[in-house]
Amino acid sequence: MTVTFPQKGLPWLLLLPQLLITAIFFLWPAEQALEQAFYQEDAFGLSREFIGLENFADLFSNPLYYQSILTTLVFSFSVAIVGMSVALLLAVMADRVIRGKLAYQTLLIWPYAVAPALAGVLWWILFDPSMGPIALWLKSAGVDWNHYLDGSQAMILVVIASTWKQISYNFLFFLAGLQAVPRSLIEAAAIDGASPFKRFWTIVFPLLSPTTFFLLVVNLVYAFFETFGVIDATTKGGPGQSTTTLVYKVFDDGFVGLDLGGSAAQSVVLMGIVGLMTVIQFRFIERKVQYS
Amino acid sequence: MHNLKLASVVVGLAMASSGFAATQIEWWHAMGGANGEKVDEMAKAFNDSQSDYEVKPVYKGNYTETMTSAIAAFRAKQQPAIVQVFEVGTASMMAAKGAIYPVYQLMKDSGQPFDESVYLSAVTGYYSNSEGQMLSMPFNSSTPVLYYNKDLFKKAGIDQAPKTWQEVESVAKKLQASGVTCGFTTAWQSWVQLENLSARHNVPFATLENGFAGVKTELTFNGPLQVAHIEKMGEWQKNGIFSYSGRTNDGAAKFYSQECAMFTESSAGYAGIKRNATFDFGVSELPYWEGKVQQPSNTIIGGASLWVLQGHSKEEYKGVASFLSYLSKASVQADWHQFSGYLPITKAAYDLTKEQGFYAANPGTETGVMQMTTGTPTANTKGLRLGNFVQIRGIIDEALESVWSGDVDAQTALNTAVERGNAQLRRFEKAND
Repeated sequence: MTVTFPQKGLPWLLLLPQLLITAIFFLWPAEQALEQAFYQEDAFGLSREFIGLENFADLFSNPLYYQSILTTLVFSFSVAIVGMSVALLLAVMADRVIRGKLAYQTLLIWPYAVAPALAGVLWWILFDPSMGPIALWLKSAGVDWNHYLDGSQAMILVVIASTWKQISYNFLFFLAGLQAVPRSLIEAAAIDGASPFKRFWTIVFPLLSPTTFFLLVVNLVYAFFETFGVIDATTKGGPGQSTTTLVYKVFDDGFVGLDLGGSAAQSVVLMGIVGLMTVIQFRFIERKVQYS
Repeated sequence: MHNLKLASVVVGLAMASSGFAATQIEWWHAMGGANGEKVDEMAKAFNDSQSDYEVKPVYKGNYTETMTSAIAAFRAKQQPAIVQVFEVGTASMMAAKGAIYPVYQLMKDSGQPFDESVYLSAVTGYYSNSEGQMLSMPFNSSTPVLYYNKDLFKKAGIDQAPKTWQEVESVAKKLQASGVTCGFTTAWQSWVQLENLSARHNVPFATLENGFAGVKTELTFNGPLQVAHIEKMGEWQKNGIFSYSGRTNDGAAKFYSQECAMFTESSAGYAGIKRNATFDFGVSELPYWEGKVQQPSNTIIGGASLWVLQGHSKEEYKGVASFLSYLSKASVQADWHQFSGYLPITKAAYDLTKEQGFYAANPGTETGVMQMTTGTPTANTKGLRLGNFVQIRGIIDEALESVWSGDVDAQTALNTAVERGNAQLRRFEKAND
């Protein structure tokens, strides 16, 4: 049975606020970026020249750009996987806590309120090769920590700094998902002699798959788009280009370097990549998701 | 009757206030913390000194944020009259001919007495065109110097700061023998170890007078001097004479913790070092390579200058001109110089500071000024005028890091950086020609 409105105008009227917001805050800027990508313009907008695909040609003839795509993939999947695994572990444990449950859960959500740039500075201090407590501890354990020179260590640092606050967000969703798993199923499995480990992997984890899938999409989008502040505060894309992700490059070339055309072309490419990724996720991964 | 009286009073008040209303001048700046409070104080002092104009300083975040917001505001026709722009943004500002009001022109049009010869040419040169006319007003300028830990020097039996890079090497070895982990570290590696290295040895960093003579400039920092220096530093990184500590001035931590005994950093870092150093420290001029230059040239500046933007009324510009004159006054300059550690921009301010006994009471604060004023600036030491300079500095950072980590040799790294940097210059040329 479908509900129908008596006249055609009302549904549009009700949709209007949402449509307006989408148009003004999403479609218009996206269109502007797309247009800008075909122009070369000085910072003040005093002269503007249509140059066709030249901005894109510059990008794709640059081997470092492909390197940056690879860096982004490594970074984004690390952030998503580490963030989700840790959050799931914490959620499973928090789900079992009986006393002080609320306090425990609230404390785990706190980091989400910290601004990305601030989170970056925090981890940057902790890992500073000469003064950071974690770096000093690593040194005493025999690890020569110097992310100023070691690209892999720099990558580990930005992944940790970007993941940290995202763990809270993931935790919240996993916890809600866990609480929705029917107790009767778990009890039945327990009576049949399934170990806690087996119960988790054969019952709880599959039932969590809609949450996991949702979080995967959200975390990848976060890592792709929102992490330039953290990278700017910790490594500034270095050493070399080892932590220069696509979105950091957009930020650095556009906002810091004032090369608007080049930066816009990069945003368009980034939009394309994320669009493609979302399509892949929904076409192929979502099929494996079980919505009860 | 009563009402009428009241009304006339109100009208009278309104007229009075409109008659006295000072012309407002907005000044966007990037000075946070103590320097930001000083900026407010300077504006207030100017406002109190006359009644025609009121300068309103607005803090807009760091240098990048301030410049980007001013540009965005210009595009929306909401620009401030004065904006503080960092030195690497100079070429972008200069190229925007329709957006800026050159300071020498402004002074002439407003009838402000303005004599360019009273300014320190090593400071104003960076912001002047090839005819020597000042396009913007230097506000906070600094230059790199060498800070050294006197306590560690004494322990190692060294009684003098190294003057040359050869001496830096031998001093560092002595320090290491006495138990110090690292000889020296540096802040702002591109600015100190390449840009200023070139100036100090009177070697070009880029063609066409380092970009002063036109946007067709090409980078030349892959010459023998620069390659030899970077190669040596790569070697020093391996044996601990040099220790890399990041792209900005994070190396201060290594100097404070006495891990490194020497630190090449901006002269404006003095106040921070004085506050944080738990040991006796000295300031000395930036080293040079003995045998590569007879007499080391002046270094070049970093920091920021004040640009005047187009699109305001004549009345406002008169106010801007009188404010810029006020800022150039010896007493104002000397106060700012002594408070912040930035260089004075006029000879009078320098002389006044000396007269007041500031340098004698704060040894080391004069080093930057002395180093800046050695000889007359040449085409290689006036400064750098490069488009997309922010990106070029990023490219240089990447190249240097690949040398420090031992992945690439100095010549290859600098060649790549020059090539990539030139591509940025061509992009800028195309967008601004």
